[in-house]
Amino acid sequence: MTASTATAAGGYAFAYLDDQTKRMIRRAILKAIAIPGHQVPFAARDMPMPYGWGTGGIQVTAAILGPADVLKVIDQGADDTTNAVSIRKFFKTTANVAVTTRTTEATVIQTRHRIPETPLGPGQILVYQVPIPEPLRFLEPRETETRVMHALADYGLMHVKLYEDIATHGRIAKTYAYPVKVEGRYVMDPSPTPKFDNPKMHLSPALQLFGAGREKRIYALPPFTHVVSLDFEDHPFEPTRFDAPCALCGATGVYLDEVVTDDAGGRMFVCSDTDHCETRRAEGHHGTEWAGEATEATA
Amino acid sequence: MTDTLSTPLLSAENLGRDYGARIGCRDVAFDLFEGEVLAIVGESGSGKSTLLNLLSGQLAPTAGRVAYRMRDGATRDLGSLSEAERRFLFRTDWGFVHQDATRGLRMGVSAGGNVGERLMAVGERHYGRIRAAAEDWLGRVEIDTTRIDEKPTAYSGGMRQRLQIARNLVTAPRLVFMDEPTGGLDVSVQARLLDLVRGLVADLGLAVIVVTHDLAVARLLSHRTMVMKDGRVIEQGLTDRVLDDPREAYTQLLVSSILQP
Amino acid sequence: MYVAVKGGEAAIDNAHAWLADRRRGDRAVAEIAPDQIREQLTLAVDRVMNEGSLYDRDLAALAIKQSRGDLIEAAFLVRAYRTTLPRFGATEPLDTGAMAVARRISATYKDLPGGQILGPTFDYTHRLIDFALAADGEPPRAPTAPADAAAMPRVTDLLAGEGLLEADSPYDPEAPVGDLTREPVTYPAARDLRLQQLARGDEGFLLALAYSSQRGFGSTHPFAGEIRMGEVELEFDCADLGFAVPLGSITVTECQMVNQFAGSADAAPAFTRGYGLAFGHAERKVMAMALVDRALRTQELGGEVVAPVQDQEFVLSHADNIQATGFVEHLKLPHYVDFQAELGLVRKLRAEWTARREARDAAADTLADREAAE
Repeated sequence: MTASTATAAGGYAFAYLDDQTKRMIRRAILKAIAIPGHQVPFAARDMPMPYGWGTGGIQVTAAILGPADVLKVIDQGADDTTNAVSIRKFFKTTANVAVTTRTTEATVIQTRHRIPETPLGPGQILVYQVPIPEPLRFLEPRETETRVMHALADYGLMHVKLYEDIATHGRIAKTYAYPVKVEGRYVMDPSPTPKFDNPKMHLSPALQLFGAGREKRIYALPPFTHVVSLDFEDHPFEPTRFDAPCALCGATGVYLDEVVTDDAGGRMFVCSDTDHCETRRAEGHHGTEWAGEATEATA
Repeated sequence: MTDTLSTPLLSAENLGRDYGARIGCRDVAFDLFEGEVLAIVGESGSGKSTLLNLLSGQLAPTAGRVAYRMRDGATRDLGSLSEAERRFLFRTDWGFVHQDATRGLRMGVSAGGNVGERLMAVGERHYGRIRAAAEDWLGRVEIDTTRIDEKPTAYSGGMRQRLQIARNLVTAPRLVFMDEPTGGLDVSVQARLLDLVRGLVADLGLAVIVVTHDLAVARLLSHRTMVMKDGRVIEQGLTDRVLDDPREAYTQLLVSSILQP
Repeated sequence: MYVAVKGGEAAIDNAHAWLADRRRGDRAVAEIAPDQIREQLTLAVDRVMNEGSLYDRDLAALAIKQSRGDLIEAAFLVRAYRTTLPRFGATEPLDTGAMAVARRISATYKDLPGGQILGPTFDYTHRLIDFALAADGEPPRAPTAPADAAAMPRVTDLLAGEGLLEADSPYDPEAPVGDLTREPVTYPAARDLRLQQLARGDEGFLLALAYSSQRGFGSTHPFAGEIRMGEVELEFDCADLGFAVPLGSITVTECQMVNQFAGSADAAPAFTRGYGLAFGHAERKVMAMALVDRALRTQELGGEVVAPVQDQEFVLSHADNIQATGFVEHLKLPHYVDFQAELGLVRKLRAEWTARREARDAAADTLADREAAE
């Protein structure tokens, strides 16, 4: 290693961001917590990974992380996906914090597209990576107009979209990024989590923070916030259900990934939450495709 | 209840709007009562569209004010309403029928969604009831209810105007503004639309302010008529009186050139 | 005495000499060779081949050297060269399903036949300047494994097999291959011409359009069904011989976007396609291309054209950066005559304005004097 690379690796602040930037982000986070569901603009920085790959979540995590924290990073529910590995490595390098794949051990969990199956507890913080924070964006592309709509709680158009879904498809045809109303006031995008996870946001004892880097917005759900998925009285919100249990751990009532096993139509459904699945298998549960013979040692 | 009959629904006082040195309209004053239909007639450039925008609170006056008696009975100056109150008024107690239906409708949303939007905006959350109300209103404006899921892009010009009217009336407004509602339509389509509007206005006891350059529209729909020229009201009175016995030379010219074959 | 400036040949020659001198830079530093560019600036070479519309790594590398690294300028050089080449016919359609894959990822399935192959990618790197690259020293060779003989079916074929994805448009070997370098585009343009223009189009422009569609200006609800990069065989159907002759292989990147489903009373709901293909390793380009391709199909799929990315005239007529740079930079050319005419008009208008203002002020003064006298 040359002298200059040593400087490059060692020349960064704890968790990459400088203190000024962290203060700015923390102020935005505090404001977001004070007004649940409201999108607070913040001066997002260019990060050394591409926009759209979690730069918002990374900045939020960097701003709240302390040396004693234990970090878990998931993408699509899994700890071993490329984006999760990359981000976990980033914080291990720049903050030297303890990392884990166990939901119960983590103090901070950064996530893309899922909420862990294991219920979160008080003191835990869930950081969501958000691509498009504006739930009204696809109804009204102009920011100037959507800000006014939020300010005036002018949300009729959102229900028009849901009405159209039912008129066209017989049901609300939204499966992820399913809009919610927070504390009866702000309509919020839960990030592109499957609607399966929406009920987990409601009255969660954990603090939930949402960061959108490219769009420069932070929003939050303080612990025990009312989060209600939008619907109609006669077409109530229905979380996605799966017909079969996880093929590996036999879990039911969890979110499953479809795995293509061959090109002749073979499919297998397994837990999207890898920690949940591994924990269950370690406890002796098993599904149809896993007999439970060998457990790899999990360090 | 004598109060609602004796207190105007809407009052314009010394109302005016200048655009720099150019006059939009000036010194307009009138009272409009519940169930009353007022036509504002004049040529293009006479200031009638500016006046309509002032009366509906979409344009701030440079002189005078517009007072409106809210549903709670309190009379308020439109200029003092917050943006939220103004929007609420627009989706509950008021309607606005545009000459160009594409401005008054959501062209990418089905007819049912167009009619249902106001209900949802004021908190209706029962799909079945919203749909029933939409079907009811499509029927009342003589649109085949089997076409409820079609978008207005599939509708003819006359149907679009009728859909616009249904979309406005679904929240039982007390006052509807109409800007050249028959403009651009074929004569036979115009006649059918006017007939429909006349029936609805009478049945529902609506107050209407209709802007038109077509004196036949004023004749058919309105109780009272105001004639505008160069931004000012030059003559007003009962419609029959203004059209049958015009006092101003300009009105006489208008009546003779347009109404007489 | 004043003498009007004339464009001197000597001045132009001197400018070119200066350009060549600046291209060379500090002569104490070794001169870069085109083969170094070809081998070490491969993605620049790929971009120039795409926008230059010609698969020739050596030529593109030379063009990059000649253009001092200005890639639009380099593409322009390649385009101009391409124009001079004879044209023998069209190759058989590429079979990307039979690609020798160097990279293959799907965002729609966690695992699938053939697996996910990450290949040489920046994706998971941290964008920290690597100062070690400034020093001499060879990187270790990348680990290799024997090529997997297992089939790697395209994700879109898996989906289409189940009927979940709209069928590819049928291939008619007899139909003429559209070529907008040979026929001017007329609107509406068919999809083959649109794809051709997108393949030649400016990466930055396509990227911005694709991005706008993700932000609500013409949403298509995309999933990256599959991106694959590797070598494919080229076969040329030689009319004289009566059979297809292999020409060798080229590297291409392909993106199949799986988009918003459509359905009607007559057709069962199915996802729709957006397609991107480019020379070399060009993921950003093919992903943007696939998003724009799908957006340009809005009308044919029964949608309402409301956003720039859905407007084919807007997209196709502005996608070509050689054309764009030409027209923008043509503003450097003389416009004396037109400007002179404008200049005359503005002067006249200003004089009239001043006269009116003075007349008004004079009238106001007269009035004020009269009032003061009263």
